Amino acid sequence: MSLLPLVAALFVTAVLFALFVASQGYPAFDALALVGKGAFGSTFAWQNTLSRAAPIMLTALCVALPARAGLLIIGGEGALALGGLAAAMVPVALAGWPVLLVQGLMALAGFVVGGGWIALSGWLRYKRGVNETISSLLLAYIGAAVFNFLVEGILRDPASLNKPSTAPIGDRYVIGAIPGMDVHWGLVWGVLVCIGAWWLMRHTVFGFAVGVAGGNPRAAQMVGLPVGRLMLMACFLGGGAAGLAGMLEVAAVHGDANADLMAGYGYAGILVSFAARHHPLGVMAGALLVGGIGASGSLLQRHLDLPDAATLVLQGMLFVSLLAFETLNRKGAQRV
Amino acid sequence: MTDSKHSPDRRKVIQLIGGAGAAAMVQMLPFGAGLARAAEKFTVGVIYVGSRDDFGYNQSHAQAAAYIKKLPGIEVVEEERVPETIDVEKTMEAMINEDGAQMIFATSFGYFNPYVLKMAKKYPNVRFAHCGGLWSKGMPTNIGSFFGYIDECEYLSGIAAAATSKSKKLGFVAAKPIPQVLRNINAFLLGARSVDPKATVSVIFTGDWSLPVKEAEAANSLIDQGVDVLTCHVDSPKVVIETAERRGIYSCGFHVNQAVLAPKGYLTGAEWEWKTPYVILVDNAESGKPMINFLRGGLREGFVKTSAFGPAVSPATRKISMAVKAKMLQDEFVIFKGPLRDNTGKTVIASGVALSQQNPVLESMNYLVDGVIGQI
Repeated sequence: MSLLPLVAALFVTAVLFALFVASQGYPAFDALALVGKGAFGSTFAWQNTLSRAAPIMLTALCVALPARAGLLIIGGEGALALGGLAAAMVPVALAGWPVLLVQGLMALAGFVVGGGWIALSGWLRYKRGVNETISSLLLAYIGAAVFNFLVEGILRDPASLNKPSTAPIGDRYVIGAIPGMDVHWGLVWGVLVCIGAWWLMRHTVFGFAVGVAGGNPRAAQMVGLPVGRLMLMACFLGGGAAGLAGMLEVAAVHGDANADLMAGYGYAGILVSFAARHHPLGVMAGALLVGGIGASGSLLQRHLDLPDAATLVLQGMLFVSLLAFETLNRKGAQRV
Repeated sequence: MTDSKHSPDRRKVIQLIGGAGAAAMVQMLPFGAGLARAAEKFTVGVIYVGSRDDFGYNQSHAQAAAYIKKLPGIEVVEEERVPETIDVEKTMEAMINEDGAQMIFATSFGYFNPYVLKMAKKYPNVRFAHCGGLWSKGMPTNIGSFFGYIDECEYLSGIAAAATSKSKKLGFVAAKPIPQVLRNINAFLLGARSVDPKATVSVIFTGDWSLPVKEAEAANSLIDQGVDVLTCHVDSPKVVIETAERRGIYSCGFHVNQAVLAPKGYLTGAEWEWKTPYVILVDNAESGKPMINFLRGGLREGFVKTSAFGPAVSPATRKISMAVKAKMLQDEFVIFKGPLRDNTGKTVIASGVALSQQNPVLESMNYLVDGVIGQI
């Protein structure tokens, strides 16, 4: 894979963003310098970027894995929320159990519930012919409503007066920072799961079968592949990754499940997966870019008084250029 | 020969590139110089969960930030639309590490636990002021939580609303059935009933702090039911106030003054006056006094204020409202006193009991009083 499209996209984005900033009457060079500085300019900036990138790697897989099976799933936000909620229930039910066991079960609960939620869209598609893009998006809204209903209802910790939340998972079960860094272990989970997903999709019979089913379902059926089951599995694994992101948000960031879980990571994942052309390793780089833009947007606001919307403009320009230059790449154009 | 002719050019090009690089460096210099200057000043970071110009909660804080920005020796760095996730933790840290902030105003309720708590432990020399009032004994002492008794203004809004209303049906668009919101709805109803015992308040909960579409639907639905005064407790009242004006009914504002959005129908409103606690906390920090961990106030202390009356409020109504306000300013008025029943018939405050504003029982309010139409 040539790096030229990437470099060209970054360059064009920088020029466009500088022009945009200048047209709004802000200093363009300062803005560009701050973007670099805020995202990758110091150890602090790197840790800031990595912390923001961690959950997006996992939610991007919720798009990337079903995409291999030819499905366009955009409802990762719902899987994240419900996976996180399921995970938050584990320490409440098993208080006092060994830490690693509880954390493992939390991850499992998040994975299974998130996976099941997205598998529902896969099942609707395969059995009922319902468009999975629409159904997964609608299910994300239903997921959010179910989440709020439960967190503000029977699962609410009575002590959470003005911010309805589930009972805290307890300090014992909180996932901490990576030693020597100010980034929580969720980053390592994200990287490992991305690598695992890549290995699964590129180096196993299962991954190959999913690719065939996604490329041409009829041909796959002709050679005897269980297309429906492969679709469901791809959806389940993708949703599981998003559910795992929810679990990590609960265990490493929030310490309980509350409406702040739904911060848009599921939707950011869509962007990242498309920019990475649904490649599980590319997803890591894409997440790093989104995280970096978030971190530098913070600095742009504080030092140049640019509104937050400027960050969205930068993000939009970057992803449009990435996609545009990728199609100029002949290899990319053929794969479309 | 072309070589010899071209080589100086090449050198020139290199010089040019070098010059451009130097120019870029110079471009960056003022920014570095800005940092050095910041170190001599007292730097305050202010973090908002929404847009600074939302005609609502975030704008009320941005107004206070703009005020302290003008004070001598104060540098303010701001960041808007920061979600209650690891983002706010990183923003606080960035303000401390990259901008040299010595004090942080974390203005959204959800910033407190775990983010402000965590950062206050990590940076014991930085002061954290959190809006919402959650500090309790045992928490880091470099945190101060401040809040305002805005239900006093809601009571006064209720008076203006019921006195002006023709149908005596008032409407309230609310975000979530949490104590802070319920307290405002109940105060609004009690104010309304103080001038008309038959007045009712219909409430619709939208489910979240910023859902403009649902807020418009709720406002329209209330108006269709015959409500002729609307108010709300959501992050940005803009949609509700504008809908009320467009449909030709009255409205009472919240968070900041929304009179410009409804020049005809705006009656009055409950506004925050955050510059009071901001100035107290910043002064305190600059003079090195210990952090005030728990800071509250109402009309009397200047933490909240009412919007100026709109043209639709009659002189007689203004007089009633002003008389009650005068009592509140003298600390002689109690909003929540028995006997008080909720809207299921249960007694929630016994006869003879008067709960003053500071009473912690009010902080866990979980009922809608008799006269409020709606369910938690």
